[in-house]
Amino acid sequence: MSDIEQIPVTVTVNGKKVQRFVEPRTLLIHFLREELNLTGPHIGCETSHCGACTVEMNGMSVKSCTMFAAQANGAELTTIEGMANPDGTLSALQEGFRQMHGLQCGFCTPGMITRAHTLLKENPNPTEEEIRMGIAGNLCRCTGYQNIVKAIQYAAEKLNQPETQEAAE
Amino acid sequence: MDISGNQLIPAGREEVWRALNDPEVLKACIPGCDSLEKTSDTEMNAQVTTKIGPVKAKFKGAVTLENINPPESYTITGEGKGGVAGFAKGGADVKLSEADGGTMLEYSAKAQVGGKLAQLGSRLIDSTARKMAEDFFTKFSETVAGPPATEAESKPEAAPAAVAALDSGADAGAASQPARPVETAVSAETETPSAADDTKVFGGPMAVKACTLLAAQADGSEVVTLEGVGSADALHPVQAAFREHHGLQCGFCTPGMIMSAIDMINRYGAGNLDEATIRAELEGNICRCTGYHNIVKAIKAASDQMAGMAQAAERREDTAQTGVTAGSWRTSRAFEGPGTSGGGPDFGRKRMAIEGIGARALRKEDKRFLTGKGQYTDDMVMPGMGHAAFVRSPHAHAKVTGVDASAALAMPGVDAVLTGDQLVGDGIGNLICGWMIHSKDGTPMKMGGWRALEHEVVRHVGQAVAVVVADTAAQARDAADAVVVDYEELPAVVDPVAALEPGAPQIHPEAEGNLIYDWEIGDAAAVDAAFAGAAHVTKMEIRNNRLVPNPMEPRAALASYNDAEEHHTLYTTSQNPHVARLVLSAFYNVAPEHKLRVIAPDVGGGFGSKIYIYPEEMVCLWASKRVGRPVKWVSDRTEAFLTDAHGRDHVSEAELALDADNKIVGLRVKTIANLGAYMSLFSSAVPTYLYATLLSGQYNIPAIHANVKTVYTNTTAVDAYRGAGRPEATYLLERIMETAAREVGLSPADFRRKNFIKEFPHQTPVIMCYDAGDYDATLDAALQAADHAGFAARKAEAASRGKLRGIGISCYIEACGIAPSAAVGSLGAGVGLWESAEVRVNPVGTVEVLTGSHSHGQGHETTFAQLICERFGLDSDAVSIVHGDTDKVQFGMGTYGSRSGAVGMSAIVKALDKVEAKAKKIAAHLMEAAEGDIQIEGGELKVAGTDKKLSFTEVALAAYTGHNLPEGMEPGLKEGAFYDPSNFTFPAGTYVCEVEVDPETGKTEIISFVAADDFGNIINPMIVEGQVHGGLVQGIGQALLENAAYDESGQLLTASYMDYTMPRADDVPSFSLSTHVTECPGNPLGMKGCGEAGAIGSPPAVINAITDAIGSNDLTMPATPEKVWQLCQAQMKQAAE
Repeated sequence: MSDIEQIPVTVTVNGKKVQRFVEPRTLLIHFLREELNLTGPHIGCETSHCGACTVEMNGMSVKSCTMFAAQANGAELTTIEGMANPDGTLSALQEGFRQMHGLQCGFCTPGMITRAHTLLKENPNPTEEEIRMGIAGNLCRCTGYQNIVKAIQYAAEKLNQPETQEAAE
Repeated sequence: MDISGNQLIPAGREEVWRALNDPEVLKACIPGCDSLEKTSDTEMNAQVTTKIGPVKAKFKGAVTLENINPPESYTITGEGKGGVAGFAKGGADVKLSEADGGTMLEYSAKAQVGGKLAQLGSRLIDSTARKMAEDFFTKFSETVAGPPATEAESKPEAAPAAVAALDSGADAGAASQPARPVETAVSAETETPSAADDTKVFGGPMAVKACTLLAAQADGSEVVTLEGVGSADALHPVQAAFREHHGLQCGFCTPGMIMSAIDMINRYGAGNLDEATIRAELEGNICRCTGYHNIVKAIKAASDQMAGMAQAAERREDTAQTGVTAGSWRTSRAFEGPGTSGGGPDFGRKRMAIEGIGARALRKEDKRFLTGKGQYTDDMVMPGMGHAAFVRSPHAHAKVTGVDASAALAMPGVDAVLTGDQLVGDGIGNLICGWMIHSKDGTPMKMGGWRALEHEVVRHVGQAVAVVVADTAAQARDAADAVVVDYEELPAVVDPVAALEPGAPQIHPEAEGNLIYDWEIGDAAAVDAAFAGAAHVTKMEIRNNRLVPNPMEPRAALASYNDAEEHHTLYTTSQNPHVARLVLSAFYNVAPEHKLRVIAPDVGGGFGSKIYIYPEEMVCLWASKRVGRPVKWVSDRTEAFLTDAHGRDHVSEAELALDADNKIVGLRVKTIANLGAYMSLFSSAVPTYLYATLLSGQYNIPAIHANVKTVYTNTTAVDAYRGAGRPEATYLLERIMETAAREVGLSPADFRRKNFIKEFPHQTPVIMCYDAGDYDATLDAALQAADHAGFAARKAEAASRGKLRGIGISCYIEACGIAPSAAVGSLGAGVGLWESAEVRVNPVGTVEVLTGSHSHGQGHETTFAQLICERFGLDSDAVSIVHGDTDKVQFGMGTYGSRSGAVGMSAIVKALDKVEAKAKKIAAHLMEAAEGDIQIEGGELKVAGTDKKLSFTEVALAAYTGHNLPEGMEPGLKEGAFYDPSNFTFPAGTYVCEVEVDPETGKTEIISFVAADDFGNIINPMIVEGQVHGGLVQGIGQALLENAAYDESGQLLTASYMDYTMPRADDVPSFSLSTHVTECPGNPLGMKGCGEAGAIGSPPAVINAITDAIGSNDLTMPATPEKVWQLCQAQMKQAAE
């Protein structure tokens, strides 16, 4: 048993309030993956470069690999596990990635979708250039980004046509 | 509680005061005081062993003195900790005053107890406390006033721990030495009547049971678990001895057993343990597999060997100086055969000889079990896992009129509360019975609906009504308690005879009068004719008591659902994971078969109870999808008693007809079998095709007729339990055989011998065709081993001591390997009863065998590997057995009915034949020889009569490179087979039990128990013996101890180990075994099966022995001391009149 002092961290993740006692040095990504078993966000570089760990915190995209869990204390977080529609069906973004073959190995996808989710909230009608700029913090080695861009465009279009969405549901 | 009192002590006040302060005097007077030491003028440490009701505990603590006013008074206070047993704290004022004739001692104490002690009930605690107080003062008075306490005078004043100890020990009812709260000094040993699977060495050399100890109580302690005892490469001598002596089967109790054994050896000293001490010391640890015989041997051997090691170490030191290499015990061990002595640190030694068929090979599975590395279902965790707790009916029969989950749903951590209407809404099907039996009038059995969660009518206590899923198990249980269910009670019936009477409560609308079926077998007219011409008829009513199987590992399930893949995974405690998957898929509609993986990992014993697919496992699977997280459920022991399928519970009338020459001419049997509230998976087959077809026993009986009625009652479902029908048949037949012999004045052995079947094959009047046997051989062997001839002398000797000796015989037959599939299908079975196997030879020549059998203690990983070692001359390390996972093994029927050897291994043999043929073809091609000239020997394929040869590895590699194979041959070396037997197999044997009854107490002691069995050919004698030991103890348990008792309202009175008497090590003897082989002609290995024989043959041997001893035949199982005593009293009364 470690003698290191444990501190409480309370966050609301995907709508559910949780509290854990952790070492102060615990990073948010480890808090999510190891304490909460939310293994969707991945660790790709440990240095903020790749974006595989991207989650949404209080409406902003953050890279959870270079933040202390303690810094997220009291925050509202959304991870890939909270992306689907409440009825369990795929969200427009998730469906876009599927329809447009926006993923291959799937490892960068949680970060990519979480980032795109925030991006579309900030800018519901992004141009291709804005999309490419918007996801510049997220690396993908499989797709060459082309289909990821298309996937985000698909989602943007769908989200801007509420009647289509209703019909689909 | 307050206790006060006074005592006049005929001695002066100064003298009494000194004695009151003298540790030696106090130690002598305090009941159960082990030690008492003064630590300062006002403090003492004490240790007291005391027993209150079922809880025996060692209390350690310190006592503090205050308000000391010599020689008049003091106050003592303290707190004693008895570990698992609980605690006691209190204080007492003691006052001495001069009085006529001596000194008046007055005491007034206040005490409080907690933990397990508090649950014993205040009456028991009070009375024990008062008794202890009385005992103390009586002795104290004698000590002080009798011979003057000279010792006391020679000692300085010591702190008076003891009165208090006494008082408060006494008054606390348990407690002991009131003690100063010393945080780290807790060290306790307790015994409760529960299984000690979690015994840990704790706080030094003391074993404790961790299941009833708060973690906080261990704060600051040093705790050693099995994981800290030895590693797979360097086993502790006790671990090694358990392996060497086959002291474990399923491995579930093993960690606790080993920790208790180490503790025992520490306390007594290596080399100082005898069998009686070991058995007495093991009383707190239950094993359901081994029957204790080999555990006792293992501990004895380890203890002796550790003593030898100590000596050897001394020798090493001696000889080191002279330059001679020591450690001779180690080298000499290597030359001893397995199973000959106590194991040792040479666990990893290479056994040079190939361990093939017939070898006493040590078990491959033991390493993980001995080192705490077994993986049982409760050891599995999944990320995000939630825990399930069930809301269960407290009524035996009631309408459910409402379920209010709102309070539960508002509790912390609660995800969901699910009920039966949701289950039905999701299209989940009812639980089913998979064997169709027709009544004699041709109508099909009446199966009542059984929902995994019941929301309309509950039919037994413990039936699941709702399930709660929460973050932790504790939250789930708390929330389950908060679910409010409204019931409208209905009248209940628990007795099977009463359930058939007109006006009995109707349990299922489908089954009028609670009758499930009214079935018959045999020729009634022929039997009537036989009885009409009989010279003698013996009649009996015979009850076969209801049992609870009680594997040491309770049932458990861990289910997960991957919504992206639409795939379910279920880890569960199953004897037959493929059958579970089939039933869950095809009948319960929980998941399609190809989207469901069922894994039965290490399973801690089954004995039949883990064949079935129960509500709880199915609900976890369903709930994991609904709740969207993995769901785990682990049964507690009371849930196991309430919901695991029970066994036996027959009421029969039997009549046996003899001709003038005492040959049997007919047998007539009427049986009512209680199937409980619902028809479990195989329940219909047990009292019919597994029971009545065995009523011919080992005897030539020309006419048999049996009528079986099965009934619903408001009790837990009854299904197959070790033996399943065959113990009921054997008990009935062997009781009436013994009784008939006594009635006609023949020796029971001669009467049996006279009626034995002598020629084979033998067709009985009840379907079975016995293929092989030699019943005289096993009877002779058993009588000889039991020294039957010397019994009269032993009986006379016992009589001279006022004891009653009796001897009882039982000649059993069993039918194993239920098959062939077409035959069982025609009798109503819903499945085929074949087995599958796949033998995969890897490119490097190692072998994996995939089997549809499942091992939960039987040692398949060892015995099955022996087949491959024998065939290819491989070392057993080169062979792995894979079982228990539906994703790895394509299909299989699992393990029950002693079928794994005769059916499962026969399938492996078939696959091996194919592998061997292909390997020979490849070898012949590579060596340019004729295929017929290739011989396999010692891991090599040789061309007969030449020096040409290839290793098995070379041939395997050639098969996989495919560079040079015979024309048209596919690459690879992997073959599968399905084996469907041509007939049942018929193990048989004779058991002889000798008992001594104390007519004053009614207690029965088993003096000796002999088993002579014919199991056909044997692969591993060590494992076969282990199976017999375990079966015998379950059978002896039925005869003497075990009974599932309901009250009239349907409450199970025996729903814990406080009330259901499990056989413990000190209840049973070691056994004398022998085997006598007649080969089974029906399968390639000539095997019959050995898993159930012990449980089948032993109960009548025990009861026949007791009835022989007491001279009264009117005895039912279990033969408790009370029943036996009543019969002894009646006999004595009769004799007096």
